[in-house]
Amino acid sequence: MGRFTSFTAALFIALMATAPLFLNAYYIDVLNSIGLYALLALSLNLILGEAGLFNMGHAAFYAMGAYTAAILNTRYQIPILWTLPLSGLVAGLFALAIARPVVHLRGDYLLIVTIGIGEIVRIALINDVFGITGGANGVFGISRPDFFGFVIRQPQHFYYLIWGFVALSIFLFLRLKQSRFGRALNYLREDEIAAEGSGVNTAYYKLAVFGLGAAWAGMAGTLFAAKMTIISPESFSFWESVVLFMIVILGGAGNMAGVLLASFLVIGLPELFREFSSARMLVFGLVMMVMMVVRPQGLLPARGR
Amino acid sequence: MDLLTLHHLTKTFGGLTAVKDVSFSVDQGAVVGLIGPNGAGKTTVFNLITGQYRSDQGEITFAGARLNGLRTHRIITLGIARTFQNIRLFQQLTVLENVLAGCHYRMRSGILGAMLRLPAQQREEREAMERALQELEFVGLGQQASTVAKNLAYGDQRRLEIARALATQPRLLILDEPAGGMNEQETGALIGLIGRIQARGVTVLLIEHDMRLVMRACEKLVVLEYGGKIAEGPPDQVRCDPRVIEAYLGADDET
Amino acid sequence: MPATWRSFPFNLNYPGGFVEEFLQQLTNGLAVGGIYALIALGYTMVYGVLKLINFAHGDLFTYGAYLGLTLLTSLALTDRLGFFMGVLVLALMVMGLVAVLGAILERAAYRPLRGSPRLSAVVSALGASIFLQNTLMLIYGARFQVYPDNILPVASLDLFGLQIPLMRVLIVLASVVMMVALYLFIQKTKIGAAIRAAAIDQGAARLMGIDVNRVILLVFLLGPALGGAAGLMVGLYYGQINFTMGWVYGMKAFTAAILGGIGNIPGAMVGGLLLGVVEAMGAAYLSIAWKDAIAFCVLILILIVRPTGLLGERVADKV
Repeated sequence: MGRFTSFTAALFIALMATAPLFLNAYYIDVLNSIGLYALLALSLNLILGEAGLFNMGHAAFYAMGAYTAAILNTRYQIPILWTLPLSGLVAGLFALAIARPVVHLRGDYLLIVTIGIGEIVRIALINDVFGITGGANGVFGISRPDFFGFVIRQPQHFYYLIWGFVALSIFLFLRLKQSRFGRALNYLREDEIAAEGSGVNTAYYKLAVFGLGAAWAGMAGTLFAAKMTIISPESFSFWESVVLFMIVILGGAGNMAGVLLASFLVIGLPELFREFSSARMLVFGLVMMVMMVVRPQGLLPARGR
Repeated sequence: MDLLTLHHLTKTFGGLTAVKDVSFSVDQGAVVGLIGPNGAGKTTVFNLITGQYRSDQGEITFAGARLNGLRTHRIITLGIARTFQNIRLFQQLTVLENVLAGCHYRMRSGILGAMLRLPAQQREEREAMERALQELEFVGLGQQASTVAKNLAYGDQRRLEIARALATQPRLLILDEPAGGMNEQETGALIGLIGRIQARGVTVLLIEHDMRLVMRACEKLVVLEYGGKIAEGPPDQVRCDPRVIEAYLGADDET
Repeated sequence: MPATWRSFPFNLNYPGGFVEEFLQQLTNGLAVGGIYALIALGYTMVYGVLKLINFAHGDLFTYGAYLGLTLLTSLALTDRLGFFMGVLVLALMVMGLVAVLGAILERAAYRPLRGSPRLSAVVSALGASIFLQNTLMLIYGARFQVYPDNILPVASLDLFGLQIPLMRVLIVLASVVMMVALYLFIQKTKIGAAIRAAAIDQGAARLMGIDVNRVILLVFLLGPALGGAAGLMVGLYYGQINFTMGWVYGMKAFTAAILGGIGNIPGAMVGGLLLGVVEAMGAAYLSIAWKDAIAFCVLILILIVRPTGLLGERVADKV
């Protein structure tokens, strides 16, 4: 890291750590939303940014995690944060099961299939599959997270929970990036045939990264369920997947700083300009088109592009 | 001793027979050239050996193991490494990261090892890094480890591909037109490099159109035409073979 | 976000026996399938020539429905020309306008990205889709728009004792006529041959003196024209339209294109009709609640089992 980036990173961390001291509850809540999206986008970035697999059904994994947590909590009174690993596991295993037959599909075909999977999951949730998802109304009455006796209730408490998890994720993902596993993902993205021809088991890594990214999205789902105390299929629509896809691409696929920046822009900006909120998606669409012509590598491209 | 044996290999695409009943073998430690006019099926033979294509008939054995039906990465782990005709590097990654791809399959650590930075993972990374740098030194790219691959000169990109292949520590190295696009001086250096690879005990099988390179570097040539083998033997003998002269050197004079 | 994209429930509670209901579902499936096929043709033609999934194609279809509504109510064509002539003129106007939109889309979103990585074009297509949708929302609002029902004849046709809504018959007829016309155009004319050539090999087509840019433009005129006609049909058939409906119809039509073999024009027609019937039957005899999932399941299954589709050919990847 250069001196400038180190400085920016330090400044960002200091600002984020102290934000609840000088921001009111409304802005903290906005930051919480940004944090959740950042978490999801970072997990999608593993699949889309690092490995180059077009996944536009990420909301499905998010939903799996959120529903797992919500159902375990409301039916079996398991404390919501305890469900975190299990939500990740369920979402990850689900991703492995559905990705197995389709992950070899080329680029835009995979994109279409993942859109389809996301929709099937949403329709299944609406139809109250297995009689446990509560249909269109969803699951409500999820209890507040309890952190060793300390009940997390206020926005600033959630703020530290969510952004703490974001920070931990970045820390772990950075290590992953500089490892055999992380490099294998990049080989996959750059040239699958060359990767296989260098001895990398590309089929395995495609599956593994789908499982890992989905597991992380599932854990983000737990945090979402804990924050909202009520979840319904509406929160996991196709548009959530589109927004996440957009964050990763606009930020700079494969660059976590870019993904963070894009989370702030895509989720935060519309909050600041609420009067224009109806034109929000229109502007996004336009930005996506213009970006691809002007700066297809994203705002903060991964090194070397 | 035969390291690699192709036994009556046939491959068709739709109605086109790209490789027709081809048999030959590569001796341990040798440098063998596979030559023939464009479209003779040379690259298809390579793709059959490394599992990118499945053969319709015939058998490929390597060091006693049957390769048919194995996936490419498995074949690589058995000790075959290759380069590609149209250079396939990981363009956006650094030279070092490209070579580390070759070290990949000899390493063990996975997601948890990386996230927790276990001592075994750390040691493994260090060793891979050393091995990769050694291979870069070997092909003469030691100074450019942190350059992004796509910024390398053309000849250097070819050498980087060789370094990546060598990093898998292969017993057989397959080179697909290694001198393609190189000038005379670079080709000369390449011949030297192939000699040093052979000196390491690595067997080499190569496709090449540059006849000076083929004549100087190879101990044995196999000539293909229209997917079938028309000659096989030492370069001097093949050069005088009337069928080769007619089919290849005469009809399609590339030297 | 207002964009929950559901398609329209169709209420077909026909009294009568099993055979009658089956035939009703079959004809309904054929009508919907005709609509899918018309949209699918746009996907498949663009894919054939550019190897690009035009994600905004479904939204051009929506524009057909909205333009149809606006022109229908503002010009009162059916009052002046009678129902059949009125609808015919309306359809031609809608097709022309949506074709122009398609050409503009190609210019704005895809031409600047010719030769860029695939991902760039995919993202740009998605952006164009979102932009088109939300432009509609800002103009017309997020609520469902309703086609005036006093203009349309509610008449049914008596087919061997089976009462079939006139509109359904018209849709099946119109879509078949358009498909046959397109097929003949592609197969029998010189321009059609140029499109086929460009789909096989752009470089070679260019060497043979074919202006590939013009072929691409033509494809972006023809496909959207058919998609716009399909949009109008949906408006006339179901009576209500929404700015997000292009996604559902688009995805299903794309499924139809894959089902038939992407890039294959007769394949898109067969795929569309087949998917329409399968969906209608599934909704009637399996579960109406899972209706929208049927197409996605078909899509995933076909990509796993036979990614080249029913009529597609196998193409080996070059190493």
